[in-house]
Amino acid sequence: MTDLTKLKIAEARDALRKGDVTSVELTEACLSAIDAADALGAFVHKTPEIALEQAKAADARNGADAPALNGIPLGIKDLFCTKGVPSQAASGILEGFRPEYESTVTSQLFADGAVMLGKLNMDEFAMGSSNETSIYGNAVNPWKVDDRQLTPGGSSGGSASAVAADLCLGATGTDTGGSIRQPAAFTGITGIKPTYGRCSRWGIVAFASSLDQAGPMTKDVRDAAIMLTSMCGHDPKDSTSADLAVPDFEAALTGDIKGKTIGIPKEYRMEGTPAEIEKLWSDGADMLRDAGAKVVDISLPHTKYALPAYYVIAPAEASSNLARYDGVRFGHRASLEAGDGITEMYEKTRAEGFGHEVQRRVMVGTYVLSAGFYDAYYNRARRVRALIKRDFDQVFADGVDAILTPATPSAAFGLGEMTDADPIQMYLNDVFTVTVNLAGLPGISVPTGLDSQGLPLGLQLIGRPWEEGDLLNIAYRLEQSVGFVAKPSKWW
Amino acid sequence: MSIDTETARRVAKLARIKVEEDALPALASEFSAILGFIEQLNEVDVEGVEPMTSVTPQRLKRREDVVTDGSQQAAVLKNAPDAREGFFAVPKVVE
Repeated sequence: MTDLTKLKIAEARDALRKGDVTSVELTEACLSAIDAADALGAFVHKTPEIALEQAKAADARNGADAPALNGIPLGIKDLFCTKGVPSQAASGILEGFRPEYESTVTSQLFADGAVMLGKLNMDEFAMGSSNETSIYGNAVNPWKVDDRQLTPGGSSGGSASAVAADLCLGATGTDTGGSIRQPAAFTGITGIKPTYGRCSRWGIVAFASSLDQAGPMTKDVRDAAIMLTSMCGHDPKDSTSADLAVPDFEAALTGDIKGKTIGIPKEYRMEGTPAEIEKLWSDGADMLRDAGAKVVDISLPHTKYALPAYYVIAPAEASSNLARYDGVRFGHRASLEAGDGITEMYEKTRAEGFGHEVQRRVMVGTYVLSAGFYDAYYNRARRVRALIKRDFDQVFADGVDAILTPATPSAAFGLGEMTDADPIQMYLNDVFTVTVNLAGLPGISVPTGLDSQGLPLGLQLIGRPWEEGDLLNIAYRLEQSVGFVAKPSKWW
Repeated sequence: MSIDTETARRVAKLARIKVEEDALPALASEFSAILGFIEQLNEVDVEGVEPMTSVTPQRLKRREDVVTDGSQQAAVLKNAPDAREGFFAVPKVVE
């Protein structure tokens, strides 16, 4: 078999079961591809020994009753704690940190037979939309249209780049405001953020606990369904994880969406959205209509307040979560001068260990939670969040099954192009995705076309809470209608 | 709302992040831009709306009040920048 790394998870699974290929062959092919792709900056800690050991074990257990992901090589975002393997959240403050434990999500993937190829680049503490805040340097988009290097998006930029460039068959991502869906759209792959509570957050470095969710980033919708089934499930170690049965999401992919109602929210038609994204969106709606769905106009009136609410709530939670990085229990500690006390140790450690964007968000969070401002900022933002969720509740109560929107306001931009822009310009990348985190809903980004320069664009589908199966099925139908098959040409 | 240098200094102190004196004006102006963006929330009528505490209506699960973990001193100290005699070591705290 040639081009083993280009296989999708479902194809590799079937080939492994039939004995056409071994996990060791598949894993070695991925490891070679990774070694030849350092220019993409996707894999930041390679784990070939672990990978080959897991692959051999998978081959030994191969058979009719082998688990769902037996022998499938995956990349793991650096935000997931992996036992004995550097897990730094792309931050200098976790330099040298090797967890003594395994995150619940990666434990479940390994229990299902998955192989870990290494850790993937990301924005520091998942704060960013371009993978430019990483201590490891930029991850680069395998898509290229001129001399410029483009961002793969963020924060799961390494995951997106690795999957799009066929360095691994799938990858884990995490999504706090769009960090799975925006990079998926920028690189022409599929990414789903499940309902808040579907995946355990235990062992995932926390950014904003009420918004963070893990999810898969894959080459198509079927692969997303397969990986998601393995990643979800109740975990007593995460008090917010849902004690609900996890269906076999792949079994939901019938492609039949007759009678489904798809909402098109008028507030997502934003000023300045490129005409080609408007067209992509209306073409997507037409395809779902042609497949038998009913397409209706809906209103989500508080949409425009989602980003400002997010930029209160997320930094507030981050300032609290990141208080643990104090130079005492793990990671970096600044070298101190004679006479420095514990306060100087905290202040110097955090100034040296955190990058600029993380420092800014921690301080904004500190400000909005400080005495005298808590009500005006934090409580007001939580009230607005309740209204944003109410908008969605109302639409679902009116019979809408899923909502179709653009995934991003533009295609991938050049690395460094936003350096001098005001931080809010970067935040606007998440304008279509952040509402979904605030309302705790499942959302999926599906590649549906190329822009005039030849760069991928995606559409987002937003589902009802806990209805990932239904959402994946609608996404599957859209994927079939679109027939997106473009791949980046290899330059790295 | 405009943030002055003094407020930026106070916030940095609260966040326990050392910010050099000459970096404070730029930081203050970044805060002002972000807070200016956040001010839009004042347009929303939130009268009678409770602040969200949980995005899903589930009640937190309870469990027996018993010890379920522990006796892992070596693992707990493994990643400490300075661990001595079974403790985390820090600069002198009490004079």
